Amino acid sequence: MKPTIAKEPSMLRQKDMVAGHYHKLGTAQERGQKVAYTFVPGNLTELMLSFDLLPVYPEINALQNAMRKLSGDYIAEAERAGHSEDVCTYVKCDIGMMLKGNTGPTGEKMPPPDVLLLSYTGCFTFMKWFELLREKYRCPTAMLHVPYMPDGVITKESRDYVVKQLKDVIIPALEKSSGKKYDEERLREMLKLSAKAEDDLVTVLESAKHRPSPIDSYFGGVYYIGPLFTAFRGTQDAVDYYRELREEVEGRMARGEGPITPEGQVSDERFRLVVEGPPNWTHFREFWKMFHDEGAVVFASTYTKVGGLYDRGFRHDPDRPLESLAEYCLGCYTNLGLPRRVELISEYVRDYQADGFVINSVKSCDSFSSGQLVMLREIEKRTGLAGAFIETDLVDPRYFSPANVRTRLESYFQMLAQKREGALAR
Amino acid sequence: MQQLEPLIARCRDLVEDLDLANVKAWKAAHPRGIAIGYLPIYAPREIVHAAGGLPVGVVGAGEELEIVRGDACFQSYICHLPRSVIELALTGRLDVLEGMIFPSTCDVIRNLSGIWKLSFPGKWTHYLDLPQNFEPEMGGVFYRRILHEMYAELCAMTGLAPDTECLRASVRLFNENRRLVGDLYAARAAEPWKFGAKDSYLVLRAGLVLPVEEHTTVLREYIQLCKARDVRPLDNARIALRGAFCEQPPLALIQTLERAGCYVVEDDFLPMLRWPSADVSEQGDPLDALVTSWLATPCEAASRFVKDGSEKGCTLVDSTREAKAEGVIFATPSFCDPALLDRPMLQAALQRSGIAFTSFKYAENTGQMQPIREQAGTFADSIKLWGEA
Ligand code: SF4
Ligand code: SF4
Repeated sequence: MKPTIAKEPSMLRQKDMVAGHYHKLGTAQERGQKVAYTFVPGNLTELMLSFDLLPVYPEINALQNAMRKLSGDYIAEAERAGHSEDVCTYVKCDIGMMLKGNTGPTGEKMPPPDVLLLSYTGCFTFMKWFELLREKYRCPTAMLHVPYMPDGVITKESRDYVVKQLKDVIIPALEKSSGKKYDEERLREMLKLSAKAEDDLVTVLESAKHRPSPIDSYFGGVYYIGPLFTAFRGTQDAVDYYRELREEVEGRMARGEGPITPEGQVSDERFRLVVEGPPNWTHFREFWKMFHDEGAVVFASTYTKVGGLYDRGFRHDPDRPLESLAEYCLGCYTNLGLPRRVELISEYVRDYQADGFVINSVKSCDSFSSGQLVMLREIEKRTGLAGAFIETDLVDPRYFSPANVRTRLESYFQMLAQKREGALAR
Repeated sequence: MQQLEPLIARCRDLVEDLDLANVKAWKAAHPRGIAIGYLPIYAPREIVHAAGGLPVGVVGAGEELEIVRGDACFQSYICHLPRSVIELALTGRLDVLEGMIFPSTCDVIRNLSGIWKLSFPGKWTHYLDLPQNFEPEMGGVFYRRILHEMYAELCAMTGLAPDTECLRASVRLFNENRRLVGDLYAARAAEPWKFGAKDSYLVLRAGLVLPVEEHTTVLREYIQLCKARDVRPLDNARIALRGAFCEQPPLALIQTLERAGCYVVEDDFLPMLRWPSADVSEQGDPLDALVTSWLATPCEAASRFVKDGSEKGCTLVDSTREAKAEGVIFATPSFCDPALLDRPMLQAALQRSGIAFTSFKYAENTGQMQPIREQAGTFADSIKLWGEA
């Protein structure tokens, strides 16, 4: 029998928010509301909302479809239509969904885009993805070229370049698609709300430094980042959600409770881990259980930084609206060079006193995965800890081999346990 | 003038020499010179040249090199190019290069630049973020600053002072070289039976390691020698090849296409030697001219955003027609997201224009040619059949 999952109020609130958003999308056409498709990293949600454009994030649809076991069929459909088995499965899941009638993960029909807002941040595939969608939808594409930060440092020149594009390309394109004038005051108000919610998210993420940690920053973390990385940043809903979440987490911390998982609360925190790479979505719960069964809790993860490094101080700034949007786009995790990514993970290992780190390398994603084997060795060198390397995929069920992943993880945890016993014996 | 065989043999030696002996020789002859590598698919070689450097194209190691350390750096689902490049580097074969330029072609090359920084901290490593905004006051301003800095950094390495005249002279030399590359493509499209696809490729690819002046001479001689050949045309199908712009196919693959009854009359091998397709202006500020040529160049590539209003694939359709190709072969490296994500759009454009196509994948070290030979042969036969029907 499946264990009953204790659902905290913030979880229920988030569920309602997501369902409400999909319902708004499902009724957008009949209500005459305009829709913009965009990507999670470097998203300009406040800007879109300030034009009353409803955002659609195709990656979120893909992962939601995967969690509902729909992605396999969609990918097969896209491959039948000529898409290669080698390429990013998010793209194929999205295209398959479109080919099969564009019914969204909650069963409501997705509206076609009025504009494709191509915030080109941290992933080359984004450009191809929207070129492909443009062919189908024949709608305008607004391209925002966000330069890569090979040294992990945001330069003035790059920021100026992005701001100029926001002013001269993106805002006019959104004005045209929405039929509304740019309203900077409205944008500032939204950015103020963003910053508030961001403060609370950081408190939640940092709570993992406490022993025992009240949160799991990877599997649980993907829920915590959800509203802020997608359609709700800049809204009062997000502010309310994060306040509630923070209070719950602080309560758990005060009571000395561990993170809540689908299998129940972690009561025996055996291993403190840092994880690099996105999770697998098709077997999300099974994957999480593999960690839970071993008492492994994740204290920091890089996936929860794809939509911004808030824990490193970034906040949307209402006093510098376009500049801070530009800095946000430039500073997303996958837009940072490998040396900075290595540094960040090594910092997490130190700051959170981790016992080890795991790299989940996903087949789909060159942006994340290419170079991870080198990162593994470099982090091992810098931290003195051995890491684990596992391979899965995002939304293609064919590439999640439970037996392989479990064996890898089990032997890694055994190794960590032996090391610990050896250290104690000494 | 040389004879054809020795000229081709020399190019072949240059292409197959993974130890870059000619780069070493060039450096011995130019004690203050530097050699700067660049990855696919485009880097402004003029800048390196003007700074007193030798630009050296690094496009992998083909079939010859056994990959040991490269495989420890990349998962099985990453294309082959980065593993052979890293193998070359870790075995010391790229030590002759003082620096490396990593253009913004894809996430694999982008991340390779990070691996480089981590693995070779003493080397000059430059990530070249080519603008995806093509307006002079946005992408242009951004790109000009990059070129300006790059030129200054390279000059600092050679001790030369940045100099407009020097840069203009380099622009002139590379314009001349690209014009000859264009001539080679045009001549081959006109009389493909005189220009073997594999030989033309070797002659072109020698341009990755030869000084530009020398490569220009090689091109000129090759075109003249081929034109003068007395060879009878075969009843082959004329095809354009697409998808091989980064990781290069093994030479055997190009030869296999010819043996399967195809004249390759157009391709997208080595765009770094063909871009920009029009001359860079030799008037005014040369950095501005390089910027303008990049922004305005009508090159269609997987790594370059196609703006609203221009139809994806129309350049392929145009170049296929211009070269009088009867069909298109998509030869794409395995796990190459840019090429493979582009492919359905390009195929749709061909379909709309009634141009036949076929597709397969390869890796630079693919050894098995039989399936490719059969597929290309069937495609060539069907083109001939339908063409004559
Ligand atoms: S390649 Fe990676 S970052 Fe890009 S769309 Fe796919 S999963 Fe997302
Ligand atoms: S072959 Fe394709 S994926 Fe590989 S490095 Fe080249 S462009 Fe990138």
